[in-house]
Amino acid sequence: MPVLCSSCAEKRAVLKRPKTGHSLCKECFFWAFEEEVHQTIVAAKLFKPGETVGIAASGGKDSTVLAHVMKVLNERYSYGLELMLLSVDEGITGYRDDSLETVKRNQQQYELPLKIVSYEELYGWTMDAIVKQVGLKNNCTFCGVFRRQALDRGAIMLKVDKICTGHNADDVAETVLMNVLRGDIARLRRCTAISTASEGEGVVPRCKPLKYAYEKEIVLYAYFKKLDYFSTECIYSPNAYRGYARTFLKDLESVRPSSIMDIIHSGENLSVREGVKMPVQGTCNRCGYISSQALCKSCVLLEGLNRGLPKLGIGKHHRLHDKILSQQPLTEKEERKLKSVDF
Amino acid sequence: MCQVDEDYQDGLERAEVPSVSKKCVKCKEASAAVVIRAGDTYCRGCFKEYFIHKFRAMLGKNRIIFPGEKVLLAVSGGPSSCSMLSQVQEGLSQNAHKKLRFLPGIVYIDEGGAVGQSVEERQRTVAELQAVFKATGFPFHMVPLEEVLDLPSSVVVMAPSPSEPPASAYKAAVDHFIQSDSSGCLTPQYQEQTLLPEVQESRTQVLQQLIGSAKTLTARQDLLNTLRQHLLVHTARTKGYSKLMLGDNCTRLAVKLLTSLSLGRGAQLAQDTGFSDSRYGDIILVRPMRDYSAKEIAYYNYMFNVTSVFIPSLDTKTTDKASIQRLTESFVTKLQADFPSTVSTIYRTSEKLQTACRSSCTADHPDRCLLCMCALDTAVENASAFQATLTSEQLSQSKSLGATRTEIPRQIRAPVEQCCSSGGGEDCGRAETGGDCCSSAKEPETIDLKSLLCYSCQLTIKDMASVEHLPQYILSEAQKRQRRYQMREEISEFLLDDGDEGD
Repeated sequence: MPVLCSSCAEKRAVLKRPKTGHSLCKECFFWAFEEEVHQTIVAAKLFKPGETVGIAASGGKDSTVLAHVMKVLNERYSYGLELMLLSVDEGITGYRDDSLETVKRNQQQYELPLKIVSYEELYGWTMDAIVKQVGLKNNCTFCGVFRRQALDRGAIMLKVDKICTGHNADDVAETVLMNVLRGDIARLRRCTAISTASEGEGVVPRCKPLKYAYEKEIVLYAYFKKLDYFSTECIYSPNAYRGYARTFLKDLESVRPSSIMDIIHSGENLSVREGVKMPVQGTCNRCGYISSQALCKSCVLLEGLNRGLPKLGIGKHHRLHDKILSQQPLTEKEERKLKSVDF
Repeated sequence: MCQVDEDYQDGLERAEVPSVSKKCVKCKEASAAVVIRAGDTYCRGCFKEYFIHKFRAMLGKNRIIFPGEKVLLAVSGGPSSCSMLSQVQEGLSQNAHKKLRFLPGIVYIDEGGAVGQSVEERQRTVAELQAVFKATGFPFHMVPLEEVLDLPSSVVVMAPSPSEPPASAYKAAVDHFIQSDSSGCLTPQYQEQTLLPEVQESRTQVLQQLIGSAKTLTARQDLLNTLRQHLLVHTARTKGYSKLMLGDNCTRLAVKLLTSLSLGRGAQLAQDTGFSDSRYGDIILVRPMRDYSAKEIAYYNYMFNVTSVFIPSLDTKTTDKASIQRLTESFVTKLQADFPSTVSTIYRTSEKLQTACRSSCTADHPDRCLLCMCALDTAVENASAFQATLTSEQLSQSKSLGATRTEIPRQIRAPVEQCCSSGGGEDCGRAETGGDCCSSAKEPETIDLKSLLCYSCQLTIKDMASVEHLPQYILSEAQKRQRRYQMREEISEFLLDDGDEGD
């Protein structure tokens, strides 16, 4: 016996919502999914009419769905937003070049302007070159830190008011778990915020309209909408420790599907004790980007790469910051510690 | 409750092999007997000293237990709480270095009825523990979990806490205690013993029905935790204790923190895992074992012959994915094996947290969860996970009011007039909910438990087939609160300050 859609009670249900367990037909699911993103945007007051919004597009499922839904909602509810696609080319052969092809197709399908900024033009290094020097361990640190800044620089070039990213509920819950496992109380407090406050010069506010959308529903949406997206894991292996948190989260979801939302609820309601030391936000002495240290992470990483001491930015070497700033040479002992060990 | 260290049995042998050649890091003389963390080798004597010092230091640092105060030790029979008991014994002994100055008592909750143990098994366990308790000379109380069915409603009402003593009060109390020659009152004057009363089989059945009405093991474990805590607090209150000591160790608390987080208890993390927990007002929960890892406790118990008893729990002999609690435990244990700093990092995270809504001194119960007694965390802003979930549920359901289908999330209501209140009488015939739908009509009033519960307890209740098996003290308190809400609504336009309860 076919199951009827629990929403319209007319058509046959084609899917069971991972988030609520309801059986829905295709149209009702699309409507519910889009409506939920709309509710999130309205409730959190993410955008103002007339703003230019850059959609961080990687070509993957999350950002493809985000671009699609943003365009649909902008028209349906007259947000009055000017949408643009913003991509970062990390320079990973066989991965990013292919996914950027997808973004270029999306650009045409959605008729949105596209800007691609590359690591090579911003930093003079491609990820391929970085991995050659650093090896496969810790390379994700470089990629992640550089991407954050690259998006901001791209956003400034495009003159957008806001960036929205495709982070979904699973990503947020996973980050909450990660920050508990790492004991990172400052990030734990920040990571559930749906948007970053405007943090000053050179930083464009960001938001996550898909914060409450389940990853599985995003895939379902993309599947039934037949969206064109690129689904390959990065060839430079994902962060191993995060993998534990991810597996744990998927297991939790299989025991109780609401777990993902429950963890986000927990994260939103945490509060930090008074008197716990928090990093103070300042600016980088070299590039002026936000940083809690004298030098921002990407300047330290870059310095390490350019000096052939890739481990400079891995782990804590705050004491060396003054030396780098005043361009003093490092001692032999320090140098030896920071060279990559590859034998 | 504390069977975590089962895995450490083989670790014992392995650890001792490399340490034979090493010297103790403390005295640098005796050869080492244990490796606590990588590189930290202790000889037998130094390990004992370190272990004992840690317990006193924890109590001394926090200054919460006053001299002469009556403290109830919740002993489950597991290694951790038994170790706690032996530490208290050690601290009260005549030759103790920094003598403890409180009056201890022991409580054991026999959960055999909920776990499905036979009467003989339960008796055997109780007899074993009774022998351990008798040997301490402390008063003890053996309480079957079935007694939770007959608790008064006052258990779920926050009792006014005695006015907060100033910081100097502790020192003054100690001085006073030392002056008034204390040696007499240290040894318990009387030997109060409550032996396990005969439990009627029908009561056990009612308890089993209650536990069984939760459809998932996650909800069953959560429910059992809540009931156990109510019974512990009630026992402390009726027997005149003001502190309740729990045996949670560091490993346990790391698991608990992650479990609570995954169950949506973020707002209560600090209370759930901190040194002290004052959610009940008059009875303060204390966790003096929170600095010890399960491994340390296992070593100590093994080396100094601290007896513990194996007590099966709801998740004994289940698979890793049987419940969220179980899954989290196996996740933390496995991660700890690969990354030895896992437990301590999670534990240190908990130290930096504080409860979101500072508990106000007033006995402002309407704003506390009916089950876990924590401040309600459901009155949140529009852009929140809680609201987003509600939106999702609404959007996935029928837009037309009359047509109700089985997919509609079960209304969380007491066993009263369910069908008539949820719009349209035709769903009385639903096979799935027919049971709790029509079996009712005992009371004319509808209780909407949902509004009285915190986010996480709502999840637990949602996993229950019906709430009619909940003990009467919970249901009647729910009704009382419901009536007060209605009353407040009726007179709301005359109330000047919306936030002030005024009672």
